[in-house]
Amino acid sequence: MSKDANVQGSMTKPPKQGWLYAPSPEATDNVRLAPRYELFVDGKFSAPASGKYFPTVNPSTETVIAEVADANEADVDRAVTAARRAYEQVWSKMPGKERGKYVYRIARRIQERARELAIVESLDGGKPIKESRDVDVPLAAAHFFYYAGWADKLDYALPGRRARSLGVAGQVIPWNFPLLMAAWKLAPALACGNTVVLKPAETTPLTALLLAQIIQECDLPPGVVNIVTGAGPTGAALVGHPGVDKVAFTGSTDVGKRIQRALAGTSKRLTLELGGKAANVVFADAAIDQAVEGIVNGIYFNQGHVCCAGSRLLVEESIHDVIVRKLKRRIEHLRVGDPLDKNTDVGAINSKEQLQKIRMLVESGVSEGCSIHQSHARLPGRGYFFAPTFFTGVSQSHRIAQEEIFGPVLSVLTFRTPEEAVEKANNTVYGLSAGIWTDKAAKVFWMSRRLRAGVVWGNTFNKFDPTSPFGGFKESGFGREGGAAGLLPYLEAV
Amino acid sequence: MDRLAIEKTYKLFVKNEFIRSESGHSLAVTDASGVTNVARASRKDARDAVLAAKEGHKSWAGKTAYLRGQVLYRLAEVMEGRRAELVESRTRAGATDAAAEVDAAIDRVVHYAGWADKLATILSSANPVAGPHFNVTSPEPMGVVVVVPPEQRPLLGLVSTILPIIVSGNAALVLAPEADPRTSVAFCECVATSDLPGGVINVLTGLRSEVLPHLAKHMDVQGLDLWKSATLGDELAKASAVAGADNVKRVKVRAEAAADAEGLGFVEAWVEQKTVWHPVGL
Repeated sequence: MSKDANVQGSMTKPPKQGWLYAPSPEATDNVRLAPRYELFVDGKFSAPASGKYFPTVNPSTETVIAEVADANEADVDRAVTAARRAYEQVWSKMPGKERGKYVYRIARRIQERARELAIVESLDGGKPIKESRDVDVPLAAAHFFYYAGWADKLDYALPGRRARSLGVAGQVIPWNFPLLMAAWKLAPALACGNTVVLKPAETTPLTALLLAQIIQECDLPPGVVNIVTGAGPTGAALVGHPGVDKVAFTGSTDVGKRIQRALAGTSKRLTLELGGKAANVVFADAAIDQAVEGIVNGIYFNQGHVCCAGSRLLVEESIHDVIVRKLKRRIEHLRVGDPLDKNTDVGAINSKEQLQKIRMLVESGVSEGCSIHQSHARLPGRGYFFAPTFFTGVSQSHRIAQEEIFGPVLSVLTFRTPEEAVEKANNTVYGLSAGIWTDKAAKVFWMSRRLRAGVVWGNTFNKFDPTSPFGGFKESGFGREGGAAGLLPYLEAV
Repeated sequence: MDRLAIEKTYKLFVKNEFIRSESGHSLAVTDASGVTNVARASRKDARDAVLAAKEGHKSWAGKTAYLRGQVLYRLAEVMEGRRAELVESRTRAGATDAAAEVDAAIDRVVHYAGWADKLATILSSANPVAGPHFNVTSPEPMGVVVVVPPEQRPLLGLVSTILPIIVSGNAALVLAPEADPRTSVAFCECVATSDLPGGVINVLTGLRSEVLPHLAKHMDVQGLDLWKSATLGDELAKASAVAGADNVKRVKVRAEAAADAEGLGFVEAWVEQKTVWHPVGL
């Protein structure tokens, strides 16, 4: 792939250099990372049977941070066995009240070590420190705190029925919100009385391993939480293990389908949180400047590595030009660079592979005849970076309007009537999220009823909360995380 | 003088119309009363039925919950009026407890009719998010669900599986029990006069093994509700679940015995939860 995929040029003139921001790096001296991390199984850190380790790389510098154990089938088996024993002997017998107190402990200790976790999240994954510090880590702690309180109230989750836990949960999580996704998976599973084997993503294992330390410090009974690191084969071994009663996966739709096929014919329960291609619909009667901020937040938050990102902008034709003009100006003001700099808006792309995928899809947008608009931000010389980008002149059949790019790249389409907006918004195999911008409340609700998506943001975007269920329609998966609905994947009616 | 009885032609039920299979094929059902031919649905019939169900879902989901409850209660009324025919049909197929089965089936329809305007109350939540936002989660129908109901006590199995699916606004495409397809068709005659919009309940008779694999792959089908029985073994159920993953269908494979139960849990299995956020402010 040529460097020209970062097509910076052709478009608008670069803005005049105004005042530059002095570097404002987050201090990292309170963070001590080990050179090597082992598997967390049965309450202890232990070397993998595989004897293998893989490096985890800082995507903003391309340097190795640490090496991490690569779990094979034998390691997964050991973890599932420990989880089964802990389930049968301890966790399933413990009163909900007591179980809840352990989960509260985890929440508190995450809060205590919040800054350290935020820094490691930004180091390992490339996300701006202001996001890991203000979004990922506080939400992760809040998630544990929220579900802790459910542990002794589970019968309220299934009205008219008694609830019971399922057994051992095998959970596989992605690299875009590493600690937060671990929290989304672990907190409801534990509160409901299940034990867990969790596999973090191979590019971002570190915060999950720090969480393992926290869980150890909390004196959780050994085996209740086990964390096995590795890549795809480790995940496949986990979801395919006969000792697992429930599988929860967050990741790509392609892998989700493979897991669904693999589990067909078994009694394992499954929830999937998969890809998205969310429509962010802006009507002419919207508060335009607020909408532009919402569009920017919707697509450039976390470098666009967000399954619910507002990656398709549907704008009412009459305001297309003004929105595009404002967007062009706005993206020039996004600061791209060092994730640990407190002023950074857009950090590093998570991995080299992801950067290549983004470049490939951007290239397809150019070659299919869409007009590209890109920020002139100076990208660091090292590391994986991609300038905030959007395309105009996009039609529904273009790849950049159909495929999930998972990067800071927005496709702009237009519509004339609300009916057309609904038709275009729903014209995707995905159904995770959607946005609506209008001054009319009735229109928000008219639209929200018709949009086939699990989360609909009216006059806002990318908001998350532990009390608020999140999950998809259609090929974005099934099951909800957050809120009372988030308990259901981990319970069954007696 | 003895009067010669009029025999019924057993057809498929799609979009509130009784139609012959486009294939022209039929299946012979033999019992003590003799041989009856029922339509043998083809793949093309199945595709047409999916389109009908899509339309049915759109129309049905657009009705108020109050109206859905009224229409479903009306279905119970019609079944009560045709009670004798339903009992006779089950008896003819060899049932020994036909009256009890029909009574239970009618009562089950009444049970679910009552859920229409209550399920959203019980399954919704107002979420107290940590910020100035209104936030509500509420259930919505999925779309088209293919149902393979149990073979045992087929009328009760039929309503026990279809009603919790359609009460929230879904449409059902049903592969009738093969052992007694005639009672399914008699049930459809109740549906046809119940004010249910066309396409909400569609019933295909024929061979499940012939039609199900095709429906399991269909991209306009959102769910598969598979109840194991003599005509839906482990292998066919598994193959359907594998094919269903192509568009991430919601698939439930269940034991036949569990069909003789009712409640919100069966409704909950076929709804999507949608969360809507909006800022609160001046």
